[in-house]
Amino acid sequence: MADTATVGFTTEFYNSLFDVADGEKLKTCLQCADCSGICPFGYLMDFPPGRMIAWMRAGILDEMLESDSVWMCVSCYACTEVCPKGIPLTPGLMTRAKEELLLAGNIPAELQSALEFSQRYGNPLGESPRKRAAWTEGLDFDIPIMRKAKRPVDVLWFVGDYASYHPRVQETTIAFAKLLNNLGIDFGILGPEENSDGDSQRLAGERGLFEMLAEKNGKAFGKYEFGEIITTDPHAYNAIKNEYPQLGIEYPVRHYTEFLAERIEDIKPLLKDNGEKKVTYHDPCYLGRANDIYDAPRALLEAIPGVEIVEMAHTKSTSLCCGGGGGGMWLDGFQWEKGEVRLSDWRVKEAVTAEAEVLAVACPYEPPRFEDSTKTIEGAEKITVRDILELLIEAIE
Amino acid sequence: MKNIVAIVKMVPDLVEELEINEDGTDLDRDWLRLIINEFDNHAIEQAILLKEREGGEVTVIAPEAEGVEDMLFTTAAKGADRMIKLEGDFEDGVNNHALARAFAEKTKSYQPDLILTGVQANDDLDGSIGPLVAEYLGMPYVGYISGVTIEGEKALVKKEYPGGLIGEMEVTLPAVLGIQAGEEPPRYVAISKVRQMMKTSEIDEQEVPELDSSGGIAANRMYLPEAAERAEMIEGDEGEIAAKLVEIFKEVGAL
Repeated sequence: MADTATVGFTTEFYNSLFDVADGEKLKTCLQCADCSGICPFGYLMDFPPGRMIAWMRAGILDEMLESDSVWMCVSCYACTEVCPKGIPLTPGLMTRAKEELLLAGNIPAELQSALEFSQRYGNPLGESPRKRAAWTEGLDFDIPIMRKAKRPVDVLWFVGDYASYHPRVQETTIAFAKLLNNLGIDFGILGPEENSDGDSQRLAGERGLFEMLAEKNGKAFGKYEFGEIITTDPHAYNAIKNEYPQLGIEYPVRHYTEFLAERIEDIKPLLKDNGEKKVTYHDPCYLGRANDIYDAPRALLEAIPGVEIVEMAHTKSTSLCCGGGGGGMWLDGFQWEKGEVRLSDWRVKEAVTAEAEVLAVACPYEPPRFEDSTKTIEGAEKITVRDILELLIEAIE
Repeated sequence: MKNIVAIVKMVPDLVEELEINEDGTDLDRDWLRLIINEFDNHAIEQAILLKEREGGEVTVIAPEAEGVEDMLFTTAAKGADRMIKLEGDFEDGVNNHALARAFAEKTKSYQPDLILTGVQANDDLDGSIGPLVAEYLGMPYVGYISGVTIEGEKALVKKEYPGGLIGEMEVTLPAVLGIQAGEEPPRYVAISKVRQMMKTSEIDEQEVPELDSSGGIAANRMYLPEAAERAEMIEGDEGEIAAKLVEIFKEVGAL
């Protein structure tokens, strides 16, 4: 089996990279190694992006299939952002490399379960698909589920995996529900008809699974009438905005920070002054670098009375990944074994240095990751991790 | 080694809460989500590993059930050569005696050197499948297997015993083995490979005209575990809770 997989592998792999948008730029690589240097896990990789390109040019990349260190890539776009030649390193090279590893059966066990769960239950957590809307129980107002509501809505809220099932992230989800309710937004959710957006599975090399999940979501979208899609999940946002259209699934989509920033004047009168607070904001990779949204989240934070924004050393386009992207959410054990480091620890240390009292986030991967790190990083004991939505709701209630 | 047959089945997936039917004698099958029996999945992996090591052909046989086609195409993507779906009156659930007779009958035509199956399943009410199939075929059976080596006309197997003990024994082929764990965990196959199989390979559908469930058991009543006594939650602030705890400890003589 290994023979057929590796015959002409380097050539085939190299040629396949030109199918990715801007893939031809690969030919212009200067071997400056900025990509490998900026990569938060580059020092742990046998094949950081720059070396992968060098070995490919030498025609000897077959060896990469034997290494598992490509799985350290968290698809954070740091390499893509700094590349002076604009080579699509994250969406092209690194994602294609993971696809090849997966096809060769070189896949860490913990990632395998997340992919199997996604295929089977439509979410990587292995939770019951029937309970996707269970978080709505116990609210004192109704969350319309499209199948039951049977009417068009202005806004279809794509809730997403962690926002639906993870007990900590559900708090953020409920905060958004309250906010939408407060603002009188006409919205609905898909409930059990919603499947994982599939983006992190795609970036973890499972393109086929991504397509399967996208098709299921596309089918559900097609059943209902709505003006636009909104989501609290930058990964879902990225998938629906940039990837689904390639599969013929085209809908306008916005992240909640854009959606709310547009309504900032309606929100401001609702916000009370809860005292002064130093808040630092962590730019999620798939909101910031991948989609250039830096101002809307900060505008929301600035609207909260008493909030003083302090920036961390890495901010906006240089933001540090929380470690959860590109399959990292399902590789914690593997990554720990490789390097005995957590990217979330590094980030929380920066929040300590910035003397922040609150670490504000805007992605469902982050509250559990950063909260874990505040428990172990010295000086972080008093830092609270809050999604912007939670800060808004705390200022309203 | 020429022919390896894996006999497998779909079982209730415990990710959803189980419900009892109106008669109170069985699961409510309208609401069941099904999944490959975990031990059967290990039997499939062991069969593929043996094929890769020793050569031969792998045939996977499963009764029809929701999701069984996807499962069979996945085994093909892993390396199985032949997929058989048994069709018949399986919809309302059948006992293992009936299933074992159907498996035994169908397996014969493939002249198996080795039959692998999961050592147990969560819906085995009337014994596990392996020994029944072995009995109907007049073959030896060994269960709780976690390793198989073929040596000519014999198989050298590792059998797990309680307490972490492992026994090695020799079995004359053809034989039926109840697999506890494959030598490797079940492998992952990319969805693209499974989809490819759906386009290029075919499932052989074979009719089972009659199911003979004699020798099995009849369930009089099936019910969810009943809670006998619930834990008492102590309310109050830290001081009150501590005082109440001390009181309870004194009461039961612990202090």
